[in-house]
Amino acid sequence: MLRRSGFKASAMILAMALSGALIGPARAATTLSPADLELIDRVTWGVNETSVQQMQAMGREKWLQWQLHPTPQDQLPAQAQAEIAAMTITQKPMPQIFAEMAEMKKLADAIKDPEEKKPAQDAYQKALSQIAREAAARDILRDLYSPSQLREQMTWFWFNHFNVHQYKGDIRLTIADYQDRAIRAHALGHFHDLLAATTRSPAMLRYLDNADNAAGHINENYAREIMELHTLGVGSGYTQGDVQELARILTGLGIDAKPENPKLRPELQPQLVRNWLFEFNPARHDYGDKVFLGHPIQGSGLAEVDTAIDLLSRSPATAKHISREIAVFFIGDTPPDALVQQMTDTFQRTDGDIAAVLSVMFHAANFTTASADRFKDPMHYVLSAVRLAYDQRVILNTGPVQGWLNRLAEGLFNKDTPDGFPMNALAWTGPGQMATRFEIARQIGSGPAGLFKPDQPGATDQPGFPQLQSALFYDRLRQTLAPATLAALAQAISQQDWNTLYLSSPEFMY
Amino acid sequence: MKRRDLIAALAATSTLTYAGRVWAAPRTDARLLVVFLRGAYDAANVVIPVSSDLYYQSRPTIAVPRPDANNPNAAIALDANWALHPSLKASLYPLWQQRQIAFIPFAGTDDMTRSHFETQDTIEMGQPVQGSRNFRSGFMGRLATVLTESKPIAFTEQLPLVFRGDRTIPNIGINAVGKPGVDDRQAALISEMYAHHKLHLAVDQGFQVRDDVYRSISTEALEANRGAVSPKGFQLAAQRIGRLMQSEFNLGFVDVGGWDTHVNQGGANGYLADRIGELGRGLSTFADAIGQPAWNNTVVVVISEFGRTFHENGDKGTDHGHGSVYWVLGGGLKGGRMVGDQVAVTQANLNQNRDLPVLTDYRAMFGGLLARMYGLNEQQIERVFPGTKPRDLALV
Repeated sequence: MLRRSGFKASAMILAMALSGALIGPARAATTLSPADLELIDRVTWGVNETSVQQMQAMGREKWLQWQLHPTPQDQLPAQAQAEIAAMTITQKPMPQIFAEMAEMKKLADAIKDPEEKKPAQDAYQKALSQIAREAAARDILRDLYSPSQLREQMTWFWFNHFNVHQYKGDIRLTIADYQDRAIRAHALGHFHDLLAATTRSPAMLRYLDNADNAAGHINENYAREIMELHTLGVGSGYTQGDVQELARILTGLGIDAKPENPKLRPELQPQLVRNWLFEFNPARHDYGDKVFLGHPIQGSGLAEVDTAIDLLSRSPATAKHISREIAVFFIGDTPPDALVQQMTDTFQRTDGDIAAVLSVMFHAANFTTASADRFKDPMHYVLSAVRLAYDQRVILNTGPVQGWLNRLAEGLFNKDTPDGFPMNALAWTGPGQMATRFEIARQIGSGPAGLFKPDQPGATDQPGFPQLQSALFYDRLRQTLAPATLAALAQAISQQDWNTLYLSSPEFMY
Repeated sequence: MKRRDLIAALAATSTLTYAGRVWAAPRTDARLLVVFLRGAYDAANVVIPVSSDLYYQSRPTIAVPRPDANNPNAAIALDANWALHPSLKASLYPLWQQRQIAFIPFAGTDDMTRSHFETQDTIEMGQPVQGSRNFRSGFMGRLATVLTESKPIAFTEQLPLVFRGDRTIPNIGINAVGKPGVDDRQAALISEMYAHHKLHLAVDQGFQVRDDVYRSISTEALEANRGAVSPKGFQLAAQRIGRLMQSEFNLGFVDVGGWDTHVNQGGANGYLADRIGELGRGLSTFADAIGQPAWNNTVVVVISEFGRTFHENGDKGTDHGHGSVYWVLGGGLKGGRMVGDQVAVTQANLNQNRDLPVLTDYRAMFGGLLARMYGLNEQQIERVFPGTKPRDLALV
């Protein structure tokens, strides 16, 4: 299988794959079809030697089932695990981090002299950003190396669907928790549970202003976006009256960092719910009766929210809206209507079982042909390039990856509006965007690019560059290239030059 | 070309029919740059209501002194009621004297959230605040679609909401531009790979924009070698933008951050004075860089999401408010005046007892300006700002 000298990386990968607990002995025979390869490229953040060997060892169907239903034992490579274990967001529980940061802010705010106050507040802001950078670094390590690739992809997908922006208020502090406990925990579960988890997340309640939504001081922002973006979809028939009623239902869901409970009349005290920063404060809730989406809802506190979530997550409009969005993410701008309908039916039949909906899509006979024209958004582009370049060799610094994503305008947690990053190809194929993409292709292709330089003073990068002319390329990827691409690659003057051209090729963009 | 001739020419070309449809034909020499001050700049301390006693009562530590020829820290009188921050004396005040800048006090939106995010989105989308909004459509994106011949560009790291829409708009982080890493040989090979691909136009245009920007920056480096002081920050960006809008682009957007001055913002000197000084020098540099005759056909509009509280807070800063002051600059401007409706700055006239009211809606203002600049008709303005009646402030 190794056809040239200099493929030590591949040999190492093979050895690692063979030693992996999951995988049986790799078969030498190339039993995978181009459609199998395409499936790997869609289910994962990008095809690489390890993912090919995994499917080859398990067989297509078993591999797909494993991706749809990952086991808790699936682990990152030791180096990636060590990097995540060293993070503050791993070492300290979120409430502790939050308390420490709140203390830091309190001290800064208490400084009287404005000359001293500004640096103290700047230091606080910097510490906030560092917490969010850790969350981004953890996310990138999982995306690059987790065996449960589909879960990591769906984590990004759902985060984008339930988007929050890190730079609003102190969301940088709650974003790691939001991504992990609200989103990732339910990424392949039931939509109802995912939606419910977001309604109780400090990051979301802050971002869409529900923390300020109280009886007598209605803020409709969250109510509108839940229906327009998170569930039913715009133009699906709900009214401004429904927005107002849902806003009333959501009154009292907010954030409370204080250790002591809010002062409440005795009869309201049993209604109080607190879970870390989340608080349902009955004194802020509108206990009047409501009519939401045609259903009378009796004023009863937090139970009203559960009723609303049931109504929203089980609406046919939601099934259709979500199914279509998933199809666009994996297939591209114009997924076949019949397939979206099949996914919608499955969503309704299974009460929003996300893995079941995905399974229908991946098993569709026309999935491969339909998805061939999906243009990689920057997230897919950068991650697939790094996965292909380094496979299981774990990067020591995710900073360059975060920087590339920002330059390509799809930085993690950096989308300021609630609609999330667009998934249509047109959003990413602008002239300036293509030119930037080629610059990044060159950075990834022609050197270590800072990926192996730990983020600490005095650290140095490891020399070298990726070997993209690998067995995987010669055995499988080369066959997919157009004559114009092959002609250009033939004129490469070095491996680095070849890498740059290959990562810039039209074929690698899809 | 004289301004009136230009406008006459615009009027003549605006109703041309091309391929059976009415199209907007902006003169290729008409240029528009929108500068967005993100974070809500404290307008009241930059274009200062010096005739208001309330101003001096409300801002005991940060107020800028009334005009006084003997005081270098004093504001510079614009008219009987308004004066300019002294840090703009060398940069923008000369433009005022040449009638090339106008200020629009009490300007802003009908968005009362006082949220940076909400209101920046509101301004960039340019859609009615009530009802469902389309986050994929910004007003400059729609303008670029209406002005079929325009050459738009965002001088920002990311494509901003204001430029989203049907057309593909290039963006470039203007201060981060360096020598391209992909060399000419690689660019040619990449271009060949896309020769028969649907993205070939985007790829070729991308290399073109990249080269244009880099060429203009190389020129700048040569000048620096001859002893010119090399500018930084916004001034550097403005110089580059000026060069690019002279020759390559005619519809631009840039944003400048750092205006959210809750703490220790300073008065005649200090943090805000430094920021505003840099902004003024940048705009003046832009005018020089774009040069004549282009400057005569250029309009720059400086906006911000909202003003700040009229009273200073306990931290020698100001909090989120409402009405702002917009700036309009250009070689052919009917400037040297305060534009739009005004009221006396008194406690009774404040909005919700805390900030300046909005008397000129930004969409109405832009609508009137665009109609004049480009000879757009009502239907075309309606496409850019749906549901808005344009307000003709006779700025050009």
